[in-house]
Amino acid sequence: MSTPRVVLVDDHGLFRSGVRAELGKQVEVVGEADDVQPAIELITELLPDVVLLDVHLPGGGGQVVVQAIKAEHPEVRFLALSASDAPEDVIAVIRAGARGYVTKTISTTELADAVRRVAAGDAVFSHRLAGFVLDAFAAAPPGVEKPSIDPELDQLTTREREVLRLIAQGYTYKEIARELYISVKTVESHVSSVLRKLQLSTRHQLSRWAAERRLT
Amino acid sequence: MSRIAVPARLGDDGTVEHPEHWHGDQWPRDQWRGGHWPRGPFRHRGPFWLRRRPRSGGPLRRDPADRLGGGVAAGVAAWRGFSATAVRIVFVLAALISGGWFVPVYVAGWLLLPAAGADGSIGSRARSDARGIRLAIGLASLLTLVLLALTAFNGGWFVGWAWPQVFSVTGLVLIWRNAPPEEQETLRHLIEPLETAAGPGTGGRWSALRLVLASVLLIGGVGWLFSAHMSVALLRPLGGVVLVIAAIVLFLGPWWLRIARDLVLERQARVRAEERADIAARVHDSVLQTLALIQRRADDPQKVVQLARLQERELRSWLFEGREPNEEDAELTVAAGVRHIQQDVETKYGVPVEAVTVGDCDLDDSLNALLAAAREATVNAAKWSGASVISLFAEVEAGEVSIVVRDRGQGFDPEAVPSDRKGLAESVHGRMSRRGGTATVTTAPGEGTKVALKMPRTAQGRSSTPSRT
Repeated sequence: MSTPRVVLVDDHGLFRSGVRAELGKQVEVVGEADDVQPAIELITELLPDVVLLDVHLPGGGGQVVVQAIKAEHPEVRFLALSASDAPEDVIAVIRAGARGYVTKTISTTELADAVRRVAAGDAVFSHRLAGFVLDAFAAAPPGVEKPSIDPELDQLTTREREVLRLIAQGYTYKEIARELYISVKTVESHVSSVLRKLQLSTRHQLSRWAAERRLT
Repeated sequence: MSRIAVPARLGDDGTVEHPEHWHGDQWPRDQWRGGHWPRGPFRHRGPFWLRRRPRSGGPLRRDPADRLGGGVAAGVAAWRGFSATAVRIVFVLAALISGGWFVPVYVAGWLLLPAAGADGSIGSRARSDARGIRLAIGLASLLTLVLLALTAFNGGWFVGWAWPQVFSVTGLVLIWRNAPPEEQETLRHLIEPLETAAGPGTGGRWSALRLVLASVLLIGGVGWLFSAHMSVALLRPLGGVVLVIAAIVLFLGPWWLRIARDLVLERQARVRAEERADIAARVHDSVLQTLALIQRRADDPQKVVQLARLQERELRSWLFEGREPNEEDAELTVAAGVRHIQQDVETKYGVPVEAVTVGDCDLDDSLNALLAAAREATVNAAKWSGASVISLFAEVEAGEVSIVVRDRGQGFDPEAVPSDRKGLAESVHGRMSRRGGTATVTTAPGEGTKVALKMPRTAQGRSSTPSRT
């Protein structure tokens, strides 16, 4: 597989140059932007494989960029990246269409790996996002809420829960595969399915969960 | 005060303009703006509540921070420890009962009481505002003439109410001309309806219609009132009052709404400014201090990472969980307990702990035991595994609470652990089994270690609703 073409969107110049220096050999960084509007223009022009997107941008949340691009160029994939992960922000970017979320403290190797994974169409969950998702889907017992359009979307399967738990414990996909006696491909498909549920579920709880979490 | 007044005059937009010769031979502009008028021999004599202030009263001060008009009510409230709203209601009642005479009393308070934190009252400044005094006297005499004319025509209660307002208007003019900028802003709101009523072509069709309608109602109402005493019907004067009130609402309604909105906005702005100062102080106390420490420890990567983690956690808990940085976590819930373990291990052993908690619930005895076991396992991992990071995962479910401590370190052979090393056996296994929980240790040399702890929730623990601190 060829090296993925990457655009960096982050308002911290220092961070961009750091990532560019670190990732330089493993992916092709084709452009950088520091805010919502320039990012949208740059991405539309370059059409990279992956956009590394900061969750927080001065001109609006990262989800604004995702929404603007997704409508016309669904082939561009987004990996959210943030130092401050307030659950509601992270969930918002994922629900807007990002394929994954990692923290800025991630190691270079892991980040390059995550970029390749997203470029290949897989989902990437950090341990923290896995925790958020488990929390969000467990927050209320099913049946308490109004029935939604597709109940299947509102619950995680036992297997998906297991996979998420292991991610939250810091397992890599390979380790998860070994732990659960399944193939890495299957792990990936479970994670993608969780991502789909996260994005498509109309579960009221999911959109409100983050905000509530903050209030109490 | 020996100086001649500086004739600051009111510009078209209502702001105070200063004469050309202002700069140089007069008092510094900012000193004046800040309300620090030179006050002669009365300054700096003891604490402010003992300081004698001619024309300004004792420790009673207007409170501009919480004002609707001049802040007199808020000042009285603060002075005597009442609620400001209560004082305001009393003021309004007093104005109604006294037949309007309380209004000039209020204005006098505004004029003569110094604002809290300011030096000297508006009145002491107005004393030297010759133009203002002339303007005020002129306006008062004009008003007096109008009222005299009305009395001659049969004024009724309206004129009785209007007489005291001659004094109010005089005071307001002086205040307007001599108040600090933010109070002038308030006064401009009070004056505004007259401008909107007088200014043609400013408002569009709706406001023109509103004004016409209001005028018709007003004329009708006043006419009705004036003819009322000739009538025997009791309802007729009442109808006149209703019409007049309707007219006033139509005249002034939009303006009242705007005032209310502006006051809210102003308060919000003040709150924002305070918040900003608060944040700046915090960032300085925590982040900047840590950054300084990091620069000094730049040669010790381990320490730098540790400091950065510590700061990150502190900032995160303040930003997203609303906890004060140095606040003691009363270990009342599982999530707080896990956070404590993370903090302590990171601080003591310098190994980063990635903690993820799903759900939360209050602690009871068995969950305390679970946390103690988890702490022991985490400390063990930090001490012996050699791993660069430890994962700590806690999940609260309906029936049980589980915690997994995992590292990718060197692992060990459980069979080969000497029997005198009690850590794992006693602290972890023993603690768990005594409370009906289980502990599973998965490890092998070179494979890392995973300690999975499960504790059933007791009926008491279960009944308490999941809560977060």
